[in-house]
Amino acid sequence: MNRIKDKFKNITDTNLLLLITVVVFFAMYIGAILFQGKGFLKPQTFFNILNANASLIILACGLSLVMITGGIDISVGGVTALVSMCCAVYLDYKGGNVFVSMLIALAIGLAFGIVQGFLVAYLDIQPFIVTLAGMFFARGMTTIVNTNPFNVANENFVALKETRITVPGFGSVNKLGNYVPAYIEIGVVVALLTVIILFCVLRWTKLGRSFYAVGGNSQSALMLGINVKRTKFLSHLICGLLAGIGGFVYFLHVGSGSASHASGMEMNAIASSIIGGTMLTGGVGNIIGTFFGVLSLSTIQNIVSSAGLDQAWWTGITIAAMLCLFLVIQSVVMARKQKTEK
Amino acid sequence: MQNKEMKSLSESVMKLFRKQIFIPIAALLVLAVFNLITDPSFFKITLGYNSVGDPVLSGYLMTILDYGSELAILAIGMTLVTAATGGQDISVGAGIAIAGSVVLRVLCGTDSRPETLQAPIIVAFLISCVVAMLFGAFNGALVAYFKIQPMVATLILFTAGRSIAAWINNNELPIISDPTFSYFGGFIPGIPVPTPFFIAVACMVIIALVLKFTTLGLYTQSVGINESSSRLNGLNPAFIKFITFVILGLCVAVAGLIKVSRLSSINYSVIAKDIEMDAILAVALGGNALSGGKFNMTASILGAYVIQFLTTTLYKFNVQSDALSAYKAVVVIVLVVLSTPVVREFLSGLGKKIKAMIHVKEVG
Repeated sequence: MNRIKDKFKNITDTNLLLLITVVVFFAMYIGAILFQGKGFLKPQTFFNILNANASLIILACGLSLVMITGGIDISVGGVTALVSMCCAVYLDYKGGNVFVSMLIALAIGLAFGIVQGFLVAYLDIQPFIVTLAGMFFARGMTTIVNTNPFNVANENFVALKETRITVPGFGSVNKLGNYVPAYIEIGVVVALLTVIILFCVLRWTKLGRSFYAVGGNSQSALMLGINVKRTKFLSHLICGLLAGIGGFVYFLHVGSGSASHASGMEMNAIASSIIGGTMLTGGVGNIIGTFFGVLSLSTIQNIVSSAGLDQAWWTGITIAAMLCLFLVIQSVVMARKQKTEK
Repeated sequence: MQNKEMKSLSESVMKLFRKQIFIPIAALLVLAVFNLITDPSFFKITLGYNSVGDPVLSGYLMTILDYGSELAILAIGMTLVTAATGGQDISVGAGIAIAGSVVLRVLCGTDSRPETLQAPIIVAFLISCVVAMLFGAFNGALVAYFKIQPMVATLILFTAGRSIAAWINNNELPIISDPTFSYFGGFIPGIPVPTPFFIAVACMVIIALVLKFTTLGLYTQSVGINESSSRLNGLNPAFIKFITFVILGLCVAVAGLIKVSRLSSINYSVIAKDIEMDAILAVALGGNALSGGKFNMTASILGAYVIQFLTTTLYKFNVQSDALSAYKAVVVIVLVVLSTPVVREFLSGLGKKIKAMIHVKEVG
């Protein structure tokens, strides 16, 4: 008993928050299977959650990185909308090729990352103000580029959009008795790659550790010889780049451009980062946690919609409630940490 | 002799430059001159009659006075929150949706299209005040007692607020046909000036009296400047932060009443959209530091009207309402960049250089 207590005491904040997230996700999924019937037992249900939320995973990864460094970025949803609108206009009106549209997406993301990173890191402006302005700018620009929503009919693009990768070993028997293998979209592969790469960078590289150091205590990071400003700049730059990638993945999933796309997505990304155990005060967080955070969030959305409460307001309220709960948990964890330090 | 006069003149000009209220006034002048050059009819005010036959003043300036008023009311609360916590409340738009929804709910009772009001307007307004203050208290508690960053704490209501507003009215769209209800956002018969302006003036008088006769202003500033030293001086920083959010809740309720009164109805996803941006912008344009500390209420209120001036000017140039935010975002960034220490030092260095050059010329 004592040993368990000791172990619990020695567990770091990152791991404790990660543990809570993973437990919550599995509890929720098992609860969904028990109460919502067999729909959740099908592998495809799970993979559909992945398919629909691949872009959210990428955005949330970028946000976690910024939050670990002690900042925040709420422009990612707006950038997503802007990217999908620009790509849609380019592909449909100009008849361009898909590869160039990818470059456009990356360029937009990178531009936002560089400008915001510069303002935050080198001019020392509050990240929330800068990225709030970024969000409004991106949303406004989306309307300026094109007002009406429309679908993209570019052949190459549609082919890419319809590409499905079957997952070996998973599948289910449909009503006709045929075996249907489970599938994922290309976006999911990109999202998983992002998670893995970012996880490795944060865990094993010097740059990755300096993100944690700057977020934990920028004063001592400075004394350790870390270039604090450059690190902050890089975190925003990577987040912007990931917003560009996430925007393209989103575009690939929905296949249309609209000014109302991805509305509230920045809130979902922040919420999933927080649920995933990333602390707003910086220095604590884990990409794997973020991944599970996104899954928890989207599972709850699925539960809400399959429980027949599909009025739009329920989703907003449940997400806000979860966000609130996890914020309070974080606050309690912080209090615990201060106590043990004393 | 002449030299001395020159010096005192330049000094007084410099003094004016350093005054906080200079920023919104300068912005107002720039906008006014711009409009005067492009189209002088911008300033025309005409006395006309509305559909009921009451005299009303109309024109772009009246629009600014009308729509800027709710922004000014919000700016009052936002200034206090900014000063005390060093952060901003981004849930005011959602809060207005909630407050407005409560007003309509109380006025309509169970029927969504009532012939007569089911409750006096003042009762509905007071209930919405209580609800909005409760939501303000929720934000305040998260910020003050759980020590969560203000913008992130208010993110919760930002996400859920419009959903809650829809839920209060069962997602119905109540419409009030009683004409007295529309007085608050329109015109009182016989008075040609829009009512929101009078409501805003009343709020300004109240806040001026509060700041003059209570310690609220002093305490919020001291908490914003240095929290731990104000605690050592016997203040309760957590409570003061909390109370500023409650006051903002009250401001939100007043603005909510005006907003729903304009339409006599509500659209949950559109009402007061992006108003949080405008309110923050008003505070920033008033020259208040967004990181907390000292504030100037007059400058903030003036800032709110300047923002509305900008919005109206943009509308006049046929900018779409959805695209407005892009222009405003640029204004925010420029303002914030100008107020950073790095840029300020650079600018004051530049000013000194110019001064030195003039001096050299004079001597030479």
